[in-house]
Amino acid sequence: MISELLEYKFIVNSLLAGILASISCGIIGTYIVTRRMVFLSGGITHSSFGGIGIGYFLGFNPIISAAIFGVFSALGIEFISKRSDIREDSVIGILWSFGMAIGIMFIFLTPGYAPNLMSYLFGSILTVSTFDILLMLGLSIVLILVFTFFYRIILFISYDQEFARTHKIAVSLINYILIGLVALTIVLNIKVVGIILVISLLTIPQSIANLFTKNFRNIIIVSIVIGLIGAFMGLVISYKINIPSGASIIFSLVMIFLIAKLFQIIKGKINLKKQKI
Amino acid sequence: MEKILGIESVYAGYNNEVILKDVSLEVFDDDFIGIIGPNGGGKTTLLNVILGLIKPFKGSVEFFDDSKASRNNRIGYLPQINKIDKKFPITVNEVVLSGLIYGSAIFTRYTKSDREKAVETLERIGICDIKNTSIEELSGGQMQKVLLARALVSSPRLLILDEPNTFVDNQFEGELYEILKELNKEMAIIIVSHDVGTISSYIKTIACVNRSLHYHKSNKISEEQLASYNCPIKLITHGEVPHTVLKKHHH
Repeated sequence: MISELLEYKFIVNSLLAGILASISCGIIGTYIVTRRMVFLSGGITHSSFGGIGIGYFLGFNPIISAAIFGVFSALGIEFISKRSDIREDSVIGILWSFGMAIGIMFIFLTPGYAPNLMSYLFGSILTVSTFDILLMLGLSIVLILVFTFFYRIILFISYDQEFARTHKIAVSLINYILIGLVALTIVLNIKVVGIILVISLLTIPQSIANLFTKNFRNIIIVSIVIGLIGAFMGLVISYKINIPSGASIIFSLVMIFLIAKLFQIIKGKINLKKQKI
Repeated sequence: MEKILGIESVYAGYNNEVILKDVSLEVFDDDFIGIIGPNGGGKTTLLNVILGLIKPFKGSVEFFDDSKASRNNRIGYLPQINKIDKKFPITVNEVVLSGLIYGSAIFTRYTKSDREKAVETLERIGICDIKNTSIEELSGGQMQKVLLARALVSSPRLLILDEPNTFVDNQFEGELYEILKELNKEMAIIIVSHDVGTISSYIKTIACVNRSLHYHKSNKISEEQLASYNCPIKLITHGEVPHTVLKKHHH
């Protein structure tokens, strides 16, 4: 009876995590993809591993220290890349590996075995706690509010920053806030798919959505739906054959992408035939 | 004729490197100025100073109608098209509407009158039919018209165009300059171009920028004059462009 209840709680938690991951990644992923910040996001993801290592060493919840570390790396990249003497992609490369190095150092300095380390690298939806769910819920609510109330200004700045500056809009401040939200989204989704795979949750649904719609708002909505489908398919596969959820979710998403692309190609061919060319 | 902008002995540049030295320029409400000069000579720096994107090290930039109502929409700006991400998921109408967002108005939504203004501007430029099209599907010429509409939607007193004739065909260029000629009846226009040949029949005066600025109060200029202004650029004449009024010199 108790084991059944526990299993039930795991399933409910994983489902909730899947839903919340789809919402936050659907929104932030659209921002990242359209602003061409995928490499930058990869940098933030990997540098947050430093935070996880520090968390283990000091006995914190690694997600909290990773969130702090990730947000500061993100703000740092944004700040340093403004100064023209260092190339932005080099800064990202440095922080990317520096964060990983810090993480590895602290994990080896921590006495004993590091529990759940693999779950941070590859994701394990079964280890998602109620606390993690609450954090993800809070993030999703913040993101929905921000992208509803500031939609037109986010779209404006993302499309043409310089023009927005000529209109006296606080472009830098808004960029800092958004990159902070990018970092939080990445870190809070690490539990679901892992550091190594989280970037795909932010890019594959958007790439699929972009095949069918060229409207920012619609890309967000379609990405969330595709993320949900991918998460559920991935969870089922993960549960059935007992593999990390991260891998099975990404596998499902890439399969959806391939099917969507194939569908688009066939549709294009049919359209050409209709025009008798 | 009313003076709208005064630039006085401005020194400006980036990272402590001075690019513009002692530049002065007065702009009146019926002006149509072509800014020419070699690459790296400071054309973009001058634009950034006027647009308020960089602060000059020394000197002043002053707008004469400084009332609160006009402070926002005094400049309409058309950036170089290659600075724009062509794959960004945004519609023509959304781009044009964004020309109405200013400063702290980040909470408010577009009003009915905003939307009407956007439609009016699109009609004026003649691109109302592509209002709901995604920018990804536009040609170079259409894209320039969309950016022009965004610059115009706030009814500015000064229109600034940065290389509007790149990546477009000759037919579009002709169309663009006809539109600008009409617009010049209502507002001052500053156009930056590498191609003096095509713009010279539309502009009224020429500013040569190469570190310093020389103001030439006519639209006819010779290579000798350019050389004397320390502005060594080639004057190219185009066979297909109808009015080229540059003087040719045989040596």
